[in-house]
Amino acid sequence: MDALIGYFLYFLSLLSVGGIYALLALGLNVNWGFAGLFNAGIAGFAAVGAYTFSLLTTAESTFHYGGLGLPVVIGEIAAFLIAGIIAAVIGIICIRLRADYLAIATIGIAEIIKLIFKNEAELTNGPRGISKIPRTWEHFSEARYFSSQPLSWFGDSQSWQAFFDSLVNWWWQPLFAMTILFFVFVVYIMLEKARLSPWGRMMTAIRENEVAARAAGKNVTKRRVEAFIIGTMIMGLAGALLAQHLRFIEPTHTFDPSKMTFLVWVMLIAGGSGNNRGAIFGAFLIWFVWSASELFLNGFIDIIGNIFNGMDISMLKNRSGYLRMLLIGLVLQFVLQKYPKGILPERRPAASGE
Amino acid sequence: MWDSFGFEFVNYYFVPGLVLGCIYALGAIGITLTFGILRFANFAHGEIMMTGAFLTWTFLELSKLIFGFYFHPLIACIPSIFIAIAIALSVDRFFYKPFRDSPTIMIVMASFGMMLIIRSLVQVIWGPNQITFVKGIAKPNGILRDLSGSFDMMLLVPSKHIFIILGTVIIMLAFNYMLTKTRIGKAMRAVSDSPDLAKVTGIDVEQVIRATWYVGGFCAVMAGVFMAMDTQFIMSTMGFRMLLPMFAAAILGGIGRPFGAVLGGLVIGFAEELSAYPWFGNGPLLSPGYKSGVAFSILVLMLIFRPSGILKGRVF
Repeated sequence: MDALIGYFLYFLSLLSVGGIYALLALGLNVNWGFAGLFNAGIAGFAAVGAYTFSLLTTAESTFHYGGLGLPVVIGEIAAFLIAGIIAAVIGIICIRLRADYLAIATIGIAEIIKLIFKNEAELTNGPRGISKIPRTWEHFSEARYFSSQPLSWFGDSQSWQAFFDSLVNWWWQPLFAMTILFFVFVVYIMLEKARLSPWGRMMTAIRENEVAARAAGKNVTKRRVEAFIIGTMIMGLAGALLAQHLRFIEPTHTFDPSKMTFLVWVMLIAGGSGNNRGAIFGAFLIWFVWSASELFLNGFIDIIGNIFNGMDISMLKNRSGYLRMLLIGLVLQFVLQKYPKGILPERRPAASGE
Repeated sequence: MWDSFGFEFVNYYFVPGLVLGCIYALGAIGITLTFGILRFANFAHGEIMMTGAFLTWTFLELSKLIFGFYFHPLIACIPSIFIAIAIALSVDRFFYKPFRDSPTIMIVMASFGMMLIIRSLVQVIWGPNQITFVKGIAKPNGILRDLSGSFDMMLLVPSKHIFIILGTVIIMLAFNYMLTKTRIGKAMRAVSDSPDLAKVTGIDVEQVIRATWYVGGFCAVMAGVFMAMDTQFIMSTMGFRMLLPMFAAAILGGIGRPFGAVLGGLVIGFAEELSAYPWFGNGPLLSPGYKSGVAFSILVLMLIFRPSGILKGRVF
């Protein structure tokens, strides 16, 4: 029974992180799939969301700014908005760059954002990071939440404490996973609406033939900035959820570009750019492959260790993470060459009769 | 003029800036060549550089194992140049060539993936940790110190820096000769100016592309080894860390202009080092933590105000 619960919880955490990646991929899909903007700074924008959320919602701390102790929902909304504001500033400056120039510029912006979080130690505690970030649902069992309004209307501190003590310690985990999936669902519905609307069709027109769209009187620059901002806001929200999942963030390793930026790109390309369902499917698929490859590779390394008795496999074990990254890179190359449109290719509203 | 100001400025800011600029310049040559001839931003370039440095370290250790003493890095890097060029050529053959006629973005994505693959491969083989490249503290070159000291202008330049600066100058001269005097160099410039016209005049474009990888790979390995000689350690993220300044140098100098790339590299190198100089008051102008942000700021300003670069390069 314990083992079964263990598998269940493992599955839930897979779902949670998969959902966070699905949000990142959806955001990237607005940038790349809708508008053709090569945004390679996902890690930076997710970091903006994560830091905004963390600084607003953690309990007061001497290590970094505030810890304002605001409700989680406000932190999420703020992460969404601040990421949008930063994207607006960057977008207005950089939007007319050609695809690979934009990629270089956004990589640079992401590195600058991380540099700021690393160096402004008074604001963010620098490389030592922010810990004890409240996680949706689980945070209710912290004394500072149930001892204040509105929870204090329904019972005093002792009764809340007794109530949370009576629950199993993973009670929040299914609810947290469902919250993330709910966010994915809402964003998906909204993006589908946007894709089928005149706005979305104009996006396709701009991406496919900018000159023609401009000749037809469309404000190309404005639409592109809009797509950049919307996509980035979704990434900011995903960053806020990631901060909740990890409960500890720091600038360098949490927002490592190979895991935050490249993995998301592989997800979108594999799933099918331009297709929201493809983005979600790609995110979960690659995330499951990524997680499963950990199990398989470790098992494989054990087998090698058994065959070649006495061989030191600890070194292989330590480096299996990089071997997985290598495999993911090969998956990207394979998909690019064999399925350039992804597993679920883009479907045009007119052609599919939706 | 040679008071404490001049001594501090030249030895601790100007010479390091020049060394960094040389390294960026060599790296940027490869980037600007691929940009000009193959017309895409090669994200994997920094990783070739990093691989070259790791290979050189391996040959250094091998020389210790076989001959009992360490070779000079500039000798140990010769076999790694050949290996790195072979890697660059096979990457081109298997991962870039299928996209020659596709939209540019496909090949950019492929190079993006290559960056990931090469780096993880290096991390699997050599591990993710920092490795000491050359042991010991670099002492200033005695001859130069005494010579300059007799003119009352003491220069404290370590020998490794002299090697880096002289090596870069020699490579630049050879490169200049190749581009202006040899047949393949002229063909490279022709393809860079107009691939269709070059094809019509009978230039073998595939051969030119191979030559690009030879030159780019060679310069990348030299830049990587110089970088490793300068910092005395190597790590798997050094390629990615240098990618942005090298892009900045290539764009600053003008895309497709090799000498622009050299100029851009020097400007970026100086700007990064001099940004920490106490120009006003006592504190550094910019906190050293933000040093790596300098290149990027220059990059964005250039892209906005003069995308063609200093030496009128191509704008795509």
